[in-house]
Parts: sequence; structure tokens; C-alpha cells
Amino acid sequence: MATDPEPAHSEMAEAWLRPSPRLGTMRRVEILAVSAGAALVVLAVTGLEVLAAAQVNVVLLALLLGGIALAGFLGDRFAQRRVRAWAYCEREDDLLVRRGVMISRLSVIPYGRMQFIDVVAGPIERAFGLATVRMHTAAASSDARIPGLPQEEAARLRDHLARLGEAKAAGL
Amino acid sequence: MENVEASSWHRLHPLSPVIRAGRVFIGAVIIFAGTLTPGSHDSETGVITRLVLGVLVVAFGGISWLVTRWRIEGNDLRIETGLVRRNSLRFPLAQIQAIDVVRPMLARVFGLAELRLRMGGATAGHARLAYLAAGEADTVREQLLALSRGAAPQADQPPERLLLSLPTGRLVASILVGSPTVTFLVLGSVFVTAAALSPKAAIAILSSSGAIAIGLVTFFWRRLNGGYHLTVAEAHDGLRVRSGLLDTTAETIPRGRVQAVRMVEPLLWRPFGWCRLEVDVAGRQHRGGENSPERQQLREVLPVGTRAEAQRLLGRILPDAPVERSRPPERARWKAPFRYHYLSWGHNERCAVTTTGRVARVTSWVPLTKVQSLRLVQGPVQRRLRLATIYLDTAGRAVHAAIRDRDADEARAQLGELTVLSRSARRS
Repeated sequence: MATDPEPAHSEMAEAWLRPSPRLGTMRRVEILAVSAGAALVVLAVTGLEVLAAAQVNVVLLALLLGGIALAGFLGDRFAQRRVRAWAYCEREDDLLVRRGVMISRLSVIPYGRMQFIDVVAGPIERAFGLATVRMHTAAASSDARIPGLPQEEAARLRDHLARLGEAKAAGL
Repeated sequence: MENVEASSWHRLHPLSPVIRAGRVFIGAVIIFAGTLTPGSHDSETGVITRLVLGVLVVAFGGISWLVTRWRIEGNDLRIETGLVRRNSLRFPLAQIQAIDVVRPMLARVFGLAELRLRMGGATAGHARLAYLAAGEADTVREQLLALSRGAAPQADQPPERLLLSLPTGRLVASILVGSPTVTFLVLGSVFVTAAALSPKAAIAILSSSGAIAIGLVTFFWRRLNGGYHLTVAEAHDGLRVRSGLLDTTAETIPRGRVQAVRMVEPLLWRPFGWCRLEVDVAGRQHRGGENSPERQQLREVLPVGTRAEAQRLLGRILPDAPVERSRPPERARWKAPFRYHYLSWGHNERCAVTTTGRVARVTSWVPLTKVQSLRLVQGPVQRRLRLATIYLDTAGRAVHAAIRDRDADEARAQLGELTVLSRSARRS
């Protein structure tokens, strides 16, 4: 069985769908918020120093703010790459989910194995009209989720998967 | 053998609360004995408080026994319990993965047994019927198992065929030749060296190693009790594993409910050619929370045995395990220098096998019908070396078959093939 009858995985031929581009914006906003928070803390501490009439180390302040800006910039670049790496593909019998930049993962989840499907939308996701679909199988380790789907698409996917799961259900 | 009436309610054995209270109860008796002996200087109120407490404990046990009842309702087992907050539990019999008969020492003294139903599903718990009279427990177990297979309960069953029994001498030897013994020897040598250098340090070390010693003794005891007089028999409904010195357990591993099988060959056992064979069944309970050692969730069908014995058992559990295995490419040595010498995998239409391990060799078999999902993972080092790992996820929690560090193109092709194979295995 060393030779595969199929040519090396026919996934390329199928349509890969991606999360909404708004997911990238959402990640950017999240990173901006965190960076702004950190900068505010630094500025507040400086303000206290000024109030206490202490010597303000301008170089250190600039270094800190610059470091925060740089970390935010790099974090954003990485987050954008990660957003672009997410993709999923509905095949005839299973769902493929691809993700990860540093560690790339490709999960194959047969429809018949899905026990239940969650649609989760946190406050930030809701503000962007996005939702995360999470597929659960009986195996705890097959953690498959697709973040940043537009809410209508998330609902469509959930119903579609649930219907297929029911049609192809298999016991343990 | 008389079948339990399906429709009527049943109670647990009246002695159940006594056994359930178990050690607490014995402890309480000892305390009472202390206070009631002449010459103790307790005030009368103290004695009365304790007596009242004792009466309360007994009363609560009695009430909990009174309000607990169970019956078989169609395809469900229903257990009702609770006085103030009624709790009605319903366990679908079709989801039973296995039924264990557990008999703690105290229960054995009274001739009682506990039935533990292991249910499938990611979050499902387990049902307990604690305690029933030993004979009744066997009857109920047979009946529940028969119902779970959808068959009518049968009165006559073909006799069990003994596959294997574990010699006590080998069990003791295998427990002694293990990593805890190494720890013990290291501790001992440290102690001796320290004692030779300065007696004060030796005392300090001795006092601090008390906890470790207790841990060691518990470990030895647990392994001895778990494997003592272990027999594996083939019954009509699966493999029956019995063992125990003081607390005995009898488990049935139903056919077709095995999620994975694992064979471990520790380094220290290699001179003797021994190995351990463990079976992963879905819905095995977590004994000590989510972070408990994973090994405890596996049932050891063979705590220690020769490879030939393990192969024979494996043949009964997974009749068509693949034999041929292929090695990963040579460059995987850079990614997994300590694992490389054990890495290999193979598969046929029904089953996949992988070996891995750094010091101990671990071989895992996964029937493709049980594969829940597949994952192809490639880390940064693997990408540079053009390697990838395939994970086969099953509903079992302890065995994760990973086909490690294969050539990336091969892994992609095999992912496709395994997907197709597990789909057709599921349908057949």
C-alpha cells in the first residue's frame, strides 16, 4: 500500500473558502487596543512622575513607546499572515480546515463524525458582524474551528454541517 | 439466573451506605471506641455530640439509600436519587462502552459489588450502581450488556475461554524492575553518601524523603493490586479482564468498542523481553481531574508479558493488525534525534500502527473505523526538512496515534488515503 492510487491529494482542485477580510481588521483593532493600553500605562506613569516633580527619563520613555509601537506593528503583520492562512473547504464527505503560519495544520473532519457544532461570537466579533464556528467530534484532540466568518455564513455553515452530520452519522 | 424485572423499581443493597462511607465509617468507629472506653476524660456533652453526629451520619446514609432507586426503562437505565433535590439520571443503554464490576475490600467482606457503566461521548459521565449483592450484580450486568447490543437477554451463554493468566512472580518482578525502583536506588545512594559525609544532613534528607517513600509504596501497591491474579478470558461479548488482591475488578471490553491499543516496552524490561499492553476505550472516566496522568485511563489487559503473549492478545482485540511498517526518511533524525530509532508506521485497509518513543518503545494500533478526524501538522523545523506529521484522533483519551516525521509529500498522499480508508471502514 505504499503507492497512493490518487494523485497527491486532490485538495487543490476544490474551492477553498476563507474567513471574512473583516477578521484582519478585527485583529488589527485588537492589537491597536492592546498597544494603546500599554502606551497609556506608560504615559500615566510618566504623568505621575511629572506631578511628583521627579526627573523624567525622556530616552527611556521614547524607547518604551517605540518598543510598544514596534511590537504592535510586528504583531499585526504576524496576525495578518495568520488570518490569511485560515481556509476551509467543504468536500463531499468531510470538511478540511487549514491554518497556521509557523506550524501549519490541515484537519480533515468527516461530517459523520461531528457531534455538535458551536457558533460563538464574542463582543468584539459581534461588533464586526463575525462569528466563530467550532466543530466537535468525540475526540478531544480534534479541535477544529473557523474564526471570522460573517454571521450569515456561519449560520449557513452550521446548518449545512449539522444536516450533513445527521445524514452521515456514524457511531463511536 | 433470574432476570431483573424490567419495569419495576429496584433499590440498592441496604448495606450500601455503610460501604460507601467506608473508611470514614471505620475511622468514626475507632473514635467512638476511644471516647467510650473507661478512663477517657471527655465531658458528657462531648460524648453526646459525637453520638448525635454518628446517628446523623447513619441517618443520612439511610435516607440516601431510601431515596435512591433504579430501573430499566425500555432502552434506558434510569437512576433516581436525592431527597430535597430529586435527581433523575437516564443512561441510554446503546451508549454503554463497558460495564465493570468493582469490589472494594469492604464490599467483598459483605458480599457486595458495584456496577460501573462507562458511557460513550466526549462529556458523558458514568453511571454507578453501588452496591448490589454480588450475584445480582452479575445478572444485571449481563442483562444491561445484552440490552445494549439490542438483543434479548439470554439465559445460557457459551462458556468463557481463558486466554491468559498472569503469574504473580512475574508481576512482582516487573514492578520491582521499574523506574520507581531506580528512583529508590538513587535516593538510597544519595542518603548513604550523605550519611557518610555528615549525619545531620542524612537526617534532614531522611525526613524529607518520607513523602516520596509513601508515594513509592502506594505505587507498588496499586500496581500489585491492579495486576494480581489477572486473567483475560474471551467471552461471548468481548474480553473479560479480572484482577485484584483486596479490591477486585472485573471489566468487559466489548468487541468493536476498542478505540486504540498500545504496547509499551520500557527500557528496563528489555532484557526480559517484557511489554505492557493497554486498551483505550471511549468514555473512560477521569479519576483525578483533567490533569491526572493519562496512563491511569487505560485498561492494562496485560500489565507485563512477553511479546508473543501481547501479540496473541492483540490478535483477539484487533484481528487484522498490519504487520509491515516503513521507516521515516533518514533526515528525520535531525528533527527527532532521540525518537528516530523507534519511528515507523504501517497500515492496511482496517488498521494503522505507529511506533514512537524515546526510551521506551510505544506501539499504538488504531482501527480506522474509530478515527474521528485526521490532522496533518508541519512545524518550522519540519518544513525546512520537508517532513510532516499525521495525527489520527480517536475518542479514546490516552492513545494518540501520530505518524511522525514522514516525508511531506508522502504524508499528504497518506492523509488522503487514510481519509478514504477510514471512510470506507466506517461504512462497511
